[in-house]
Amino acid sequence: MERRASWFNVTSVTLGLAFLYLPIVLVVIFSFNASRLVTVWGGFSTKWYASLLENDALLDAAWVTLRVALISATVATVLGTLAAIALVRYGSFRGRTLFSGMIYAPLVMPDVITGLSLLLLFVAVGIDRGFWTIVLAHVTLAMCYVTVVVQSRLITFDRSVEEAALDLGCPPFKTFFVVTLPLIAPAVVAGWMLAFTLSLDDLVIASFTTGPGATTLPMKIYSQVRLGVTPEINAICTILIGLVTVGVIGASIFTKRREVERQRAERLAAANP
Amino acid sequence: MVAAVGSVRRSFAPWNDPASKPFIEFRGVTKRFADFVAVDDLSLVIYEREFFALLGPSGCGKTTLMRMVAGFEEPTEGAVLLDGQDLAGVPPYRRPTNMMFQSYALFPHMSVEQNIAFGLRQDRTPKGEIAERVEEMLNLVKLKPFARRKPHQLSGGQRQRVALARSLAKKPKVLLLDEPLGALDKKLREETQFELIDLQQKLGLTFLIVTHDQEEAMTVADRIAVMNHGKVIQVATPAEIYEQPNSRYVADFIGNVNLIQGRVSASATGATRIEAPGTGAVIELDQAIDAKVGDQVWFAIRPEKVRISLDAPLPGSPNALSGEVWDIGYLGDVSIYHVRLASGATVTATVTNQSRVVERPITWEDKVWLTWSRNGGVVLAK
Repeated sequence: MERRASWFNVTSVTLGLAFLYLPIVLVVIFSFNASRLVTVWGGFSTKWYASLLENDALLDAAWVTLRVALISATVATVLGTLAAIALVRYGSFRGRTLFSGMIYAPLVMPDVITGLSLLLLFVAVGIDRGFWTIVLAHVTLAMCYVTVVVQSRLITFDRSVEEAALDLGCPPFKTFFVVTLPLIAPAVVAGWMLAFTLSLDDLVIASFTTGPGATTLPMKIYSQVRLGVTPEINAICTILIGLVTVGVIGASIFTKRREVERQRAERLAAANP
Repeated sequence: MVAAVGSVRRSFAPWNDPASKPFIEFRGVTKRFADFVAVDDLSLVIYEREFFALLGPSGCGKTTLMRMVAGFEEPTEGAVLLDGQDLAGVPPYRRPTNMMFQSYALFPHMSVEQNIAFGLRQDRTPKGEIAERVEEMLNLVKLKPFARRKPHQLSGGQRQRVALARSLAKKPKVLLLDEPLGALDKKLREETQFELIDLQQKLGLTFLIVTHDQEEAMTVADRIAVMNHGKVIQVATPAEIYEQPNSRYVADFIGNVNLIQGRVSASATGATRIEAPGTGAVIELDQAIDAKVGDQVWFAIRPEKVRISLDAPLPGSPNALSGEVWDIGYLGDVSIYHVRLASGATVTATVTNQSRVVERPITWEDKVWLTWSRNGGVVLAK
């Protein structure tokens, strides 16, 4: 049943897409603007990308952000996965309700409060604020997201697969690495990516927990924007958008391939009873 | 060859030999989950090379019993012994048993080969030996061409065979089968049952199967333990279970049965008479029973042992009932007649359809007589 889209459908899709993507498209277009004035088109140019490469402050910030995101996402994934396993597998241990409640707290806590309380903690304990305090803060924030994602996978996990491994002589610790982990890997990877993105674009918590010398990209951009948007900001935003787009397209191609593969396998299985 | 195997099976009866050593032994085993008693003070002995079936409705404790052998559950009280060794505290990965799971529990991220090799790898078996053993297993279950496939690229029957090969690869002392054929369709299930028997004969291993399907248990097992509410009700060969059930529960659980309540009116060595006033029947049988004159008992007779006829037997002869055909179930190979007695009770008789019947000699609402021989039924005291 092929139906031509009605004018109503066409209009609503166009408006919807425009609403979502027009601001982004504008950022990309103006990153190639020759003029220093953001709102005036002065011809095509890539000079802002070149000057970006010479803007050490901005590049440093990008590098700090990337390192914070990589480390905090990895630590959060390990801790979050362990928490999920404890919650799903060890049914009713002492303090379970408290533990699960506390795991989810950062999920609903406003960033400002998380940031402020962490700041107070760091000051009280006397930790020098800087790179590592941001990492710690982001681990706290991202861990609960990882737990939620991994937990939902573990709930639907067929435990007899683990029992089969034990039964065949594989000790529990090894079973976790050779059977459980590979099977929950998609959820763990998804959790890591979520944690990575959360850390990448966090401004509020990072602002509270940072110290001298550790400025993340969102902080840098925000502080520069207060002095007026420069085309350099547009350029670095365009690069970020590009990276994200490549990531999303890559992931969807990968998923599509897997789906096609799976369907082929099912046909194969059906043909050989 | 088949005949030879058959005769071997018939003479295999270690349970009748007082010199046989128990291989798996449950000694007063109780298992409680919170306040639910899954297994209740159960004792049972299984011998080496036996194909033993645990049969019962769901929730009767049969799976829990098997999982105690595998090591996934520990008994709350009592002991489980394997080959003389108490298994208490031995974790599943150190037990010489392997299990075939109901869901097959194949490792989805490994190929058929890798699945089968998994257990051998854990024992650090040399590579060459693993390859050899995997090859042998693949040939055994006829899956050679599928060695490199992943489980999701196989059909249900093939997955079942991978699971079987994987659980046999380590040559376990005992193979535990948890409802192994439950997910297969009827035809494939019946074929696989015979394959399992062949395999057990060929490998000479002890098989312990858990099933709720009585036909499956009857087909594959040397002996069956019928369970209910965490207790074993009867342990016997399939033929004994069917022909000599020890209780109404077993008689009713295995196959179909007509139960007639009555009182013992005479008892002598090798002969008993029962009067069932409700139905007006006098039942005589060549069987000594464990009940006194005047005791209330049940007479159990299988539908295929009841003859149905339009002609009345000689007046006053025992083992006869009259009634009216209430319903007929035509199953192709047999027809099932439900006959309603004057008392309102229903007795079932099955008749083999030996010719392509067009008109039935006996039909609805016919007055019929039901008769049986003196050794057709069995008396149950409980």
